[in-house]
Amino acid sequence: MDGAMISISNLKKCFGDNIVLKDISLQVGKGSVVAMIGPSGSGKSTLLRCINLLTVPDSGVVDVGGQSIVFDGKKTALPKARDLAKFRSKTGMVFQHFNLFPHMTVQQNVMEGMVTVLKIPKQEARAAADALLQRVGLGDRADAYPGMLSGGQKQRVAIARALAMKPDVMLFDEATSALDPELVGEVLNVIRSLAADGMTMILVTHEIAFAKEVADQVIFMRDGVVVESGPPAVVIDNPAQEATRSFLSRFKNSGG
Amino acid sequence: MYQWDFHTLWQYRNIIFIGFGYTLGYTVIVVVLGLLVGLIAGLCRLSPKAWISGPFRAYVELFRCTPVLVQLIWFYYALPILTGIELTPGMAAVLSLTLYGGAFYSEIIRGGVISIDAGQSEAGMALGMTQFQLMRRVVLPQAFKRMTPPLVSQSIMQLKNTSLLSVLAVPDLLYQGQIIAHDTYRPLEIYSLIAVLYFIILLPATILAKRLEVKMSDGREA
Repeated sequence: MDGAMISISNLKKCFGDNIVLKDISLQVGKGSVVAMIGPSGSGKSTLLRCINLLTVPDSGVVDVGGQSIVFDGKKTALPKARDLAKFRSKTGMVFQHFNLFPHMTVQQNVMEGMVTVLKIPKQEARAAADALLQRVGLGDRADAYPGMLSGGQKQRVAIARALAMKPDVMLFDEATSALDPELVGEVLNVIRSLAADGMTMILVTHEIAFAKEVADQVIFMRDGVVVESGPPAVVIDNPAQEATRSFLSRFKNSGG
Repeated sequence: MYQWDFHTLWQYRNIIFIGFGYTLGYTVIVVVLGLLVGLIAGLCRLSPKAWISGPFRAYVELFRCTPVLVQLIWFYYALPILTGIELTPGMAAVLSLTLYGGAFYSEIIRGGVISIDAGQSEAGMALGMTQFQLMRRVVLPQAFKRMTPPLVSQSIMQLKNTSLLSVLAVPDLLYQGQIIAHDTYRPLEIYSLIAVLYFIILLPATILAKRLEVKMSDGREA
């Protein structure tokens, strides 16, 4: 851990009268893996989406890889669309429902960001895409369309597509929640190997056992605040807060 | 018993042929221009900024809620009084049918874009795409697939609407038919022939539209 890769300060977000994030501050060191857990509606997905500005915060500071954007609550001070786009290209995002481009082959999906956003020549992008597909174990499916793949395969393509941008951080928004149980493992294996390679990652997840295994830090959120954070051995095995305990007790019997 | 006589019509084949050409020519022009107007209006109506979407909404409603024949006559007889610019019948025809068709096309295009799952836009945005790149690379290619059948149907309507040009003495298929009817006193034969000719052009087009629809409905989704 050398220095913070992600630094969030005093982040606030409301949807109408509903305050989803209440003054969140958070540091994520380079190469560390953070798991965010908590009941649905706790604001963890919103927080994740604020990190790559898919959801624009009302106020606060978001800093990723030394590039920071300040939100001061005034509409006039919103950053330009082009600056937002550039900022987003430095963070990889993996969605619950994959969101692959159905009209493109697997290879074209992975190439898309490189060619359209980074303006990498097609030949080069194709070679890079093939290497990434190898890495997620789908080297032989380059010419398939997303509709022909299983959920686990789709999510691995989505990970390769995000990695193609050479992001500073990877954000996983319940990446395994939409998968059949027998397909969860193949996706977790890819995430595990990224962790081993030193990728900075934030995972919003319901896989408590996996969070415990792979995360350096676990954050428990409820009602828009961070209730508890720390190493998994503390937050998951010995939570200090009653709210954390009661949330985790629901996972004890189901085996995570 | 009525004595059918299609033989008389043979000598008018060139006139019919010219009408056929006008009908097809005007159709191509008003379909292409209408699609262009529809694309611009449809996309602008999606803008969150009211000063962009508002005027296009007004345009669409104005042209959807007045009969095309009224528009055609208005452009030819009324617009010149307002502006002092004389329009040829052809210009008035292209203008009104383009704007009329464009209003319907724009609704199809807007609907097609809206129908694409928000997750697609989010995935593109997460890759760092700009709004323009997102539309061009992700949303429109998928939306166009879904839009194709209704766009073909609307284009068929456009072809049929060109028959209204006869009102302005544009020598389209129907107008040529009227000339021949006056000349031969054989309206039954000539108007039957005109109807059959429209049918012959449009039947393959509707079959094509149906085929496209079937093809779209088994399209793959991610």
